[in-house]
Amino acid sequence: MNAHQWLELAVYIAALVFVTRPLGLYINRVLDINGRTWLDPVLRPLEKLTYRVLCVDPAKEYDWKQYTFAMLIFSLVSCLFTYAILRLQEYLPLNPQKLGALSQHLAFNTAVSFTTNTNWQSYGGESTMSYFSQMVALAIHNFFSAAVGIAIAAALVRGIARHTAATIGNFWVDLTRITYYLLLPICLVLALFFVSQGMIQNFMPYTTARLIEPQTISVQKTDANGKPVVDAKGNSVMVNQTLDTQTIVQGPMASQMAIKMLGTNGGGYTNANAAHPFENPTPLSNFFQMLALLCIGNAMTYHLGRETKNQKHGWAVWSAMFVMFLAGVMLCWWAEARGNPIHQQLGVAVADGNMEGKEVRFGIFDSALFATVTTDASCGAVNSMHDSFTPLGGLVPMFNIQTGEVIFGGVGAGLYGMLIFVILAVFIAGLMVGRTPEYLGKKIEAYDVKMVLLAFVILAFIILGFTAWACVSNWGLAGLNNNGPHGLSEMLYAYTSGAGNNGSAFAGLNANTPWYDTTLGIDMLLGRFGMIVPLLALAGSLARKKIVPASAGTFPVTGITFVILLVGTVLLVGALTFLPALTLGPIVEHFLMLKGTLF
Amino acid sequence: MHTKTVSVFDASILWPAIGDAFIKLNPRLMVKNPVMFVTLVGAAISTVDIFRSPGQTLFVAQIALWLWFTVLFANFAEAVAEGRGKAQARALRATRTQTSANKISGDRIEVVDADSLRKGDVVIVRATEIIPADGEIILGAATVDESAITGESAPVIREAGGDRSAVTGGTRVLSDEIKIRITANPGEGFLDRMIQLVEGASRQKTPNEIALTILLAALTVVFLLAVVTLKPFGMYSGTLFSNAVLIALLVCLIPTTIGGLLSAIGIAGMDRLLQRNVLAMSGRAVEAAGDVDVLLLDKTGTITLGNRQAVAFLPAPGVKEQELADAAQLASLADETPEGRSIVVLAKQFGIRARTIHELPHAQFVPFTAQLRMSGVDLENRQIRKGSANAVRQFTGSMFPAEVEKVVEGISLSGGTPLVVATKQLVLGVIHLKDIVKGGLADRFKRFRAMGIRTVMITGDNKLTAAAIAQEAGVDDFLAEAKPEDKLALIRQEQQGGRMIAMIGDGTNDAPALAQADVGVAMNTGTQAAKEAGNMVDLDSNPTKLLEIIEIGKQLLITRGALTTFSIANDVAKYFAIIPAMLMVTFPAIAPLNVMHLHSPDSAILSAVIFNALIIIALIPLALRGVKFRPLGAVQILRINLLIYGLWGVILPFIGIKLIDLIIAGLHLA
Repeated sequence: MNAHQWLELAVYIAALVFVTRPLGLYINRVLDINGRTWLDPVLRPLEKLTYRVLCVDPAKEYDWKQYTFAMLIFSLVSCLFTYAILRLQEYLPLNPQKLGALSQHLAFNTAVSFTTNTNWQSYGGESTMSYFSQMVALAIHNFFSAAVGIAIAAALVRGIARHTAATIGNFWVDLTRITYYLLLPICLVLALFFVSQGMIQNFMPYTTARLIEPQTISVQKTDANGKPVVDAKGNSVMVNQTLDTQTIVQGPMASQMAIKMLGTNGGGYTNANAAHPFENPTPLSNFFQMLALLCIGNAMTYHLGRETKNQKHGWAVWSAMFVMFLAGVMLCWWAEARGNPIHQQLGVAVADGNMEGKEVRFGIFDSALFATVTTDASCGAVNSMHDSFTPLGGLVPMFNIQTGEVIFGGVGAGLYGMLIFVILAVFIAGLMVGRTPEYLGKKIEAYDVKMVLLAFVILAFIILGFTAWACVSNWGLAGLNNNGPHGLSEMLYAYTSGAGNNGSAFAGLNANTPWYDTTLGIDMLLGRFGMIVPLLALAGSLARKKIVPASAGTFPVTGITFVILLVGTVLLVGALTFLPALTLGPIVEHFLMLKGTLF
Repeated sequence: MHTKTVSVFDASILWPAIGDAFIKLNPRLMVKNPVMFVTLVGAAISTVDIFRSPGQTLFVAQIALWLWFTVLFANFAEAVAEGRGKAQARALRATRTQTSANKISGDRIEVVDADSLRKGDVVIVRATEIIPADGEIILGAATVDESAITGESAPVIREAGGDRSAVTGGTRVLSDEIKIRITANPGEGFLDRMIQLVEGASRQKTPNEIALTILLAALTVVFLLAVVTLKPFGMYSGTLFSNAVLIALLVCLIPTTIGGLLSAIGIAGMDRLLQRNVLAMSGRAVEAAGDVDVLLLDKTGTITLGNRQAVAFLPAPGVKEQELADAAQLASLADETPEGRSIVVLAKQFGIRARTIHELPHAQFVPFTAQLRMSGVDLENRQIRKGSANAVRQFTGSMFPAEVEKVVEGISLSGGTPLVVATKQLVLGVIHLKDIVKGGLADRFKRFRAMGIRTVMITGDNKLTAAAIAQEAGVDDFLAEAKPEDKLALIRQEQQGGRMIAMIGDGTNDAPALAQADVGVAMNTGTQAAKEAGNMVDLDSNPTKLLEIIEIGKQLLITRGALTTFSIANDVAKYFAIIPAMLMVTFPAIAPLNVMHLHSPDSAILSAVIFNALIIIALIPLALRGVKFRPLGAVQILRINLLIYGLWGVILPFIGIKLIDLIIAGLHLA
């Protein structure tokens, strides 16, 4: 934990604070159909053309049911579109590596994964996806799923801000404007910047390089059919193989990476994700990837304040997120820098902390910060192996996801996730001021509580339910690379990541099996739509309500008391739900590590 | 029914409540409360497990016992709250005696049983008889003893027509004879409804209670998931958790504290209102009282003492004050209005003794009429009149001296009422009549302002007068020259802006506004229409009661919120007690998590369960009394309550569980 790292943290925080207001103001205009931006001359005609092609009347607003229906139809159609491309990959163009079609379960898992903004990857990008699949099947979802997330948040914020209104916006308008005005322009700039840092952007076939130092590795011997050869005792026969060449991945990477970060998608072009030198060439690109990751989620709090005409509330929500962000970074960084006592006893890398599974170009701090940031948001891009973190270091990303990724969070998703906790906090503590709980003048009644809790219970149900199923079933245990509490953490992390639409993995899990692919696919679907639909119902219910003017007796949703209350609610409710499971996973593992046992 | 405050732990309530706690174990009743229902199921399962846990029998038996206690304690809390209401209902019933009624059928009167009366029947009630049912006087006037309902021993006057025509069954006519049209069928009368409400028989969950129940049910589901999935997680980790331990963990985590006390809090809230002689027609109304943003208060009777009083005699130039006082008194001798009497009293201060009418043989009193707008007396040699400046000006037919004009104007500006006293020839001076603002109100309104509640005074006075009184009383706003429809319009307009309105009223012309208001308190002396329209009745007919009603409503909501927060905050300590205990055998390495250094895994789990049960009993008095209400702004209230119920909710169980653990270890129970 040296001065240079502290400085980088300070610069990162400063940058985050700096973009909040201008980007928040810009988003506020984008989400208003009459909002003016300096891109209007270029994009207005395109926007109008889009409405004409889609046969959408931009002036017509939807009630929550129509909005939900449009969102579901859009998601379903785009999901099927991706599934079709992945299944037909071998017949489609831009496939210099002649990669074959994906299996049913992998195509299902991947299509769902990208539709839900999860970007869980049960495959290795460079060895599975053609350029066409990357650019058409996957990248469009990086845009669309991000835009859908922001649209949902926008609809919910409208519900909060409007006084006795029947409608919460027009889904197609939101989708179009967010994509055209917000995501595309920033991505264009970001992609060019990444290229300047050395990120690749081409359609060349993979290149082969000759190794300066040939490596000898031991591999399973296979017969002519590709099946492993076994000896009389049933053990695999191993043979030495000398490698003197390496295949180097190529492709349209920069264009993909910009939206992967900005849209908190996180699906890596390569299997190594942001640890790959092409995907994350320099410390500067690493810094801007982390900034791109949080900037929209961060600015959405400003949009909330602006739209509800209570900027202090926007900043209060921001502050609650920031407090938890800082606490997570510090804990993860401290745990990783402190390292593993067993390594230290062995005399391995004593001074460096826990360097296992980390890219040496980034080191402890950038890895810990990246891991925290990517799980604060529902991004899931990684520049280090979360599986190799110390138990407490790995607890931070997992807990971040389990609390609903509300620390700035996924684009849109972070805000609407946090608003669940805001409403819960207001409801639990709001009674204590002696009034029916009110949030920004909207009375929180039985229906609203029901919707909020439905969204919340669904998350707990799928995370705990699927993990419990996996850990007592053969298919679940078959995927594990590690036993003991660490194995439990891997399974818990996988379903947590899927339900939270994060997409990062503990990576120890071999998840490309029919069972894992399918259950994780369902996990992701329920985690996304099981949450969004109740929230849109909530938006509709809130929109219909009157706004009670604020007075001295109104529950304060600004100020330090509220921030503490909100943080307390997130931590308490998150902790209470998942603590038993976490105890058997990372917490037990931590204490066992201190006693000298590893997994 | 002037209710005494029933002590929380009154033996006559406690003993029956213990019995009721067992009766309430009926699963069909329990299922309405999801939290306690889960606890009940847990208790049942662990009871069966006693016989299936060889070697662990004592431990499982103790767990099962305390789980049963948890359920019983919660039932007991509810039974105590209901018991207090029942005690009051008994007192009410005792006042109801079997009565007969003189029913008019056709042109004769027949004596019938009161229970046979139906809506629309007409009866005659004479002095000393008991009014057989709720009704409206259609002929006559009488003094009525309503102490059975209000506890107020002074008789009240009830008369046909106007705003004081309603009578209540069970009250006694003291003098005169009245003809009453019955307005309620047997069993639907005011007293009956009151008994039902007090007993909690017709109690329905209020909107906020429903929302809170949903929250508690959802938390229960979440904890059920967390605990049930521990079984497979344990199987994976090589630990077999016994049912008893998992159930213990579950019951400790689900919000049993608030779940067990929730209905007691609601019943106690209605009860507290009743102790102040306010009858809420529904729990919803009590809750709404906490949410009120605007109070509409009638000036007369609420803000000011019912009537204006003479405070000064201001003589015209050349007239002695003594002379004016004498004339004013003479003009008011026959004036039985409170204003008139106050003039007589004020004149006494000038050494003028009150004369009786008979001392002035030739005096002819002129009563006040709407046309003349003045009153007075005709003596042998002079006519004295007092009245509004305009009326008197017409009477004298001459100009007022400039000084008098100035005085009249000055009094008007200050919010008072000038009464000019004059003879045919001479303007004698002005009587200053003033509204007397009740003591302590300004302070009270200030407290309401701190809570964010706006007070609006409604008056028929002109704007000048209204403004002056409004300022003196410290209300935030006023509506002057208000007609009943203005009141209704004001309520609608405020509601349109999202505000909630409370008002108190008595007259028939108040009924629409009472019905429109979110909290409409009708005075018991008021008309039947007003009582039907409102959602509360103040038996004391005290308009300032509205302020207490609001405080009780707020207190009810605060108590719920405080105990919910407390209940959830408690879970932190319980985790630290139970989770290490569960894993200690398989993973001794986690010993540092046992931060309370509890004696053994069994005693740790048992201590948490016992604490969880005992805290319900410990909090019953708080639930019934309600948490302390502070008239502060929301920010301060929130901060204080978060510290007390949030922070202490985290800390207290650590201390409590440790203490219980020490006792258990000392007694070798686990």
